[in-house]
Amino acid sequence: MLAKRIIPCLDVDRGRVVKGKRFQKIRDVADPVELAKRYNNEGADELVFYDITASNEDRNIFVDIVEKVATEINIPFTVGGGLRSVMDIHRVLHAGADKVSINSAAIRNPALVKEAASKFGSQCVVLSIDAKLTSDMKWSVFMNGGRIDTEIDAIEWARRGEELGAGEIVVNAIDVDGVKNGYNLNLTRSISEAVNIPVVASGGAGKKEHFTAILKEGKADAALAASVFHYDEIKIPDLKKYLAENGITMRRETSWT
Amino acid sequence: MIAIIDYGAGNIKSLQSALLGLDMKSCLTSDKQVIANSKAIILPGVGAFKDAMDALHELGLSEVLQKEADKGKPILGICLGMQLLYEKSFENGEWNGLAILDGVIKRIDGNVKVPHMGWNTLAHHQSTNLLANINEQEYVYFVHSYYVDEFNKQELISSCEYGVQVPAIVQKDNIFGMQFHPEKSGKNGLQLLKNFGEMVL
Repeated sequence: MLAKRIIPCLDVDRGRVVKGKRFQKIRDVADPVELAKRYNNEGADELVFYDITASNEDRNIFVDIVEKVATEINIPFTVGGGLRSVMDIHRVLHAGADKVSINSAAIRNPALVKEAASKFGSQCVVLSIDAKLTSDMKWSVFMNGGRIDTEIDAIEWARRGEELGAGEIVVNAIDVDGVKNGYNLNLTRSISEAVNIPVVASGGAGKKEHFTAILKEGKADAALAASVFHYDEIKIPDLKKYLAENGITMRRETSWT
Repeated sequence: MIAIIDYGAGNIKSLQSALLGLDMKSCLTSDKQVIANSKAIILPGVGAFKDAMDALHELGLSEVLQKEADKGKPILGICLGMQLLYEKSFENGEWNGLAILDGVIKRIDGNVKVPHMGWNTLAHHQSTNLLANINEQEYVYFVHSYYVDEFNKQELISSCEYGVQVPAIVQKDNIFGMQFHPEKSGKNGLQLLKNFGEMVL
């Protein structure tokens, strides 16, 4: 049976993994390659790397990291952040990434999703959606790191992304991101029911129970989290054991500590 | 030396480093002479069936692969590379494959999300050295929307369930296929590559 996936997410700035409450108070936590190896050994099912670097020179450092990661781990990983063209996408896939995650660039230029899917295959194009509940109680898509409200309905955008050829959707509820009160179940479930491609929930993980809820009631195919793993608040082998005991299909290997 | 067929198939870095880690010498090549002189061939692949076949034709490699297969050279097709070994695919049209194996490629249907993406369990149908140290129900990593159908059942080594029965590992004499990505399948994937190497090198 297909297992639900647990995905640590690494935000990388100038060659280091950083984490604050998203987009603010960034704190340095580790070397990305070392951390990737650790998660690989602990039984993470995939990894995500976001390049949150601003400058082009620093982007080269990021591509070097992608190359190193590809040679050091043997689980799939996604790369996102600053990918604006087919060339940008080609560069990170060629460096060894398995999938690319496109967010703001897809909103500015939806054809990019279509072009990337036809050139590299749907399986490697992930549409990442930052959504926030607006005052009129609708889920609105935000861009540029949560700063601009596009007023596009998040569920509609997910459907559109599937039509354009995205092979997976990451739903990032930016209201709850970084505050550890749990994933947004309603939003994730609505999107998961609206599309026929896998949906990854992101934002809000603080306790093991949050993972159970999002993978069961939230109907997510995978759960992504950052700081709870980076700071060792939740250990991946413990989490997977706990989820398996709660009836969720988990990939497990006996060698994991 | 294993020749990894270079036809612009995307991410092969992980495959190369997996083989390197297992001490299996490989080179990425589209050179017919290098391919002819190799001990085994790996045909990787992601993306669209038609684009991949077009690229193989353009490089003159489809005949090379068919010839090497006939001569008994071990060939391992991975993911789309496995699908290319069959007669034809119905991926957005109808396209001829290498026809080294009998079978056709169809879209996954049933009440499941497509692509089939993630870790799924293997159910073994035969015992072979290829499955050494790979237990029943071990997980490997799949990412694909199409699968092999109408194939010879005696060539099925291992399968998984996803809406339909998906052939995961196939073998006919010197021809091998893995629908999942062994280079992305953790410890189990490395073991499968190692087993392949021990059988053919």
